[in-house]
Amino acid sequence: MLVIRNLDVYYDKLYTLKKVSLHVKQGEIVTLIGSNGAGKTTLLNAISGLIRPAGGSILFNDEEILGKTPESIVKMGISQVPEGRLIFKTLTVEENLLLGAYSYYSIKRKREVKEEMEKIYKLLPVLKHRKKQLAGTLSGGEQQMLAIGRALMAKPKLLLLDEPSMGLAPTVIHEIFKYIVELKNLFRLTVLLVEQNARSALKISNRGYVIETGRIINEGSAEDLLLNRDIQRAYLGRDLDSEVKI
Amino acid sequence: MIWDKEKECISRKDLMQLQLERLQSTIHRVYKNVPFYRKMFDRVGIDPDSFSSLEDIKKIPFTTKNDLRENYPYGLFAVPLREVVRIHTSSGTTGMPIVVGYTKNDIKIWTEVVARILTAGGITKDDVVQIAFSYGLFTGAFGFHYGAEKIGASVIPVSIENPKKQVKILQDYKTTAIVSTPSYALLIANTIIELGINPNSLSLKYGLLGAEPWSEQMRKEIEEKLKIVATDNYGLTEVMGPGVAGECLYKNGLHINEDHFLVEIIDPESLQSVQEGEVGEVVITTLTKEAFPILRFRTGDLTRFIVGDCPCGRTFRRIDRIMGRTDDMIIIKGVKIFPSQIEAILYETEGAHPNFQIILDREAGVDRMTVLLEMSEFIFSDVMKEQDMLVKQIKKRLLEELGIDTEVKLVEKRSLERLEGKIRRVIDKRE
Repeated sequence: MLVIRNLDVYYDKLYTLKKVSLHVKQGEIVTLIGSNGAGKTTLLNAISGLIRPAGGSILFNDEEILGKTPESIVKMGISQVPEGRLIFKTLTVEENLLLGAYSYYSIKRKREVKEEMEKIYKLLPVLKHRKKQLAGTLSGGEQQMLAIGRALMAKPKLLLLDEPSMGLAPTVIHEIFKYIVELKNLFRLTVLLVEQNARSALKISNRGYVIETGRIINEGSAEDLLLNRDIQRAYLGRDLDSEVKI
Repeated sequence: MIWDKEKECISRKDLMQLQLERLQSTIHRVYKNVPFYRKMFDRVGIDPDSFSSLEDIKKIPFTTKNDLRENYPYGLFAVPLREVVRIHTSSGTTGMPIVVGYTKNDIKIWTEVVARILTAGGITKDDVVQIAFSYGLFTGAFGFHYGAEKIGASVIPVSIENPKKQVKILQDYKTTAIVSTPSYALLIANTIIELGINPNSLSLKYGLLGAEPWSEQMRKEIEEKLKIVATDNYGLTEVMGPGVAGECLYKNGLHINEDHFLVEIIDPESLQSVQEGEVGEVVITTLTKEAFPILRFRTGDLTRFIVGDCPCGRTFRRIDRIMGRTDDMIIIKGVKIFPSQIEAILYETEGAHPNFQIILDREAGVDRMTVLLEMSEFIFSDVMKEQDMLVKQIKKRLLEELGIDTEVKLVEKRSLERLEGKIRRVIDKRE
């Protein structure tokens, strides 16, 4: 579904991505793990067309999307849930969701928008209960669900999620990841997930990539990556040095 | 049956994407973690960020057996020892052994690729698999053991035993598949004949044979004597062990597990890639190994790519059966000859697996090749005239096939020197 080859991105002559190649197959959840500044968000922004890569190729269903505008990329079926959620706090929940349908909204398609919204309300009843409430009054977890709901309003085939667990309590994180799987199944989505919370993310993923200073240094099934001790030490918070002494 | 259809029948396009991703991350990992490769890249001025296609691999210098020896024992490991769960060594007949390591994931992937090869060779969970490889530092036994268990077959880890004991287990435990070297399978077959056992009374159906080159004639002999289907497989400790490639039941070449190994075939002299389908040396790059990744390893094994699709449905490219070793390649009077060609001719005239050695020397500035052939029950004859006839016949066939006038001498049974059971194929006395 998504095939990225040799993607180069740099800011001010400093590379943030160096020949990054990765792919996501239809129906997969793929996680990109890496520390702060490794280039995770840059990669998602490049897919969404928000930044312009210096080179490489991004194929979405065999079509080159590099160089297309963010609007046309959304229309093709790629939605991004940005880091820090970026919801419109002074608008109501429902208004936020409606904005997600911006790419295809018209009087004629009002019913379609309504149906889409009902589907989201059904799965995320908390949004339905608070639909008239200002988004800024929601809890962190609810805001994250709203941000995801808003992205789904665009009827994406590929959902890009940037740090959905950021700033949330552990129990809420657990719930968010559970919802991601449910939404994926219900909406037949394919998901590319960027996370620092590597363990929770890998647990719901099929495969993963590890990015370090703009380069992919590991790729494998989620299960294999969870087993990899290098990754355990760097991203899964396991302190191996205190465990074994040689 | 195909073990992992999604991978083994992957489209070329998807495979190349996967290989590129894995090649790029392998290069980043070795550059970061293995001083030998970092020095190599820096020395020849290769930027590890400059790999944008599979073709770019050709920029990397080869890794040779000698490089491995110089880094004995752990110099080429890409992870600290505490992440290594297994050590094996190669059975180097000369000099230092080569030490390789495996992480948990490496063992997992090893198991997986061998399961594919066993499945391709006919094995299912209903089989009883007798492993007649030596369990120890050698990789063969363990690789097949894991793969067979993964499939769910019943594994009998017999290891190397006296052939009569192997045969008794074959009979009593109702073994359905044997995993061994081809020469060992033949030894078992001959033991069965010696003991007067009817091979049709055994449950044996399949043989997965590898770890040494063997001819089609030898396959035929093993299949007829044991009443089995025998498939060939290929692997080597330096890159993993068994599991690199294996035949399916069509027996028309060995499918490479291309999602884990990138295989090139080069001319051992010019070091350039050969034309598709031409014979050359196998060069392997690992794509997923964690503990012991290796870039462009010159295996010394000779074969060629087989062009075209296989009717089994697997899309992985095939290599032909190993034809010999580069060290064994003889260049005499400008003609390239492989011992396997000579073996095939001896086989055909003798009617059985020949034990022989090739001596090269020079007399008055002219190269000379002599084949020493051990007598066996098949050619033993007291009558000088018959021996002369045989020698003449072999000489004639060698001349026809190779275009080289070759001396042929019969020697006594078991008189050729053996190292670990193997006769040194070629002795070159020309300076």
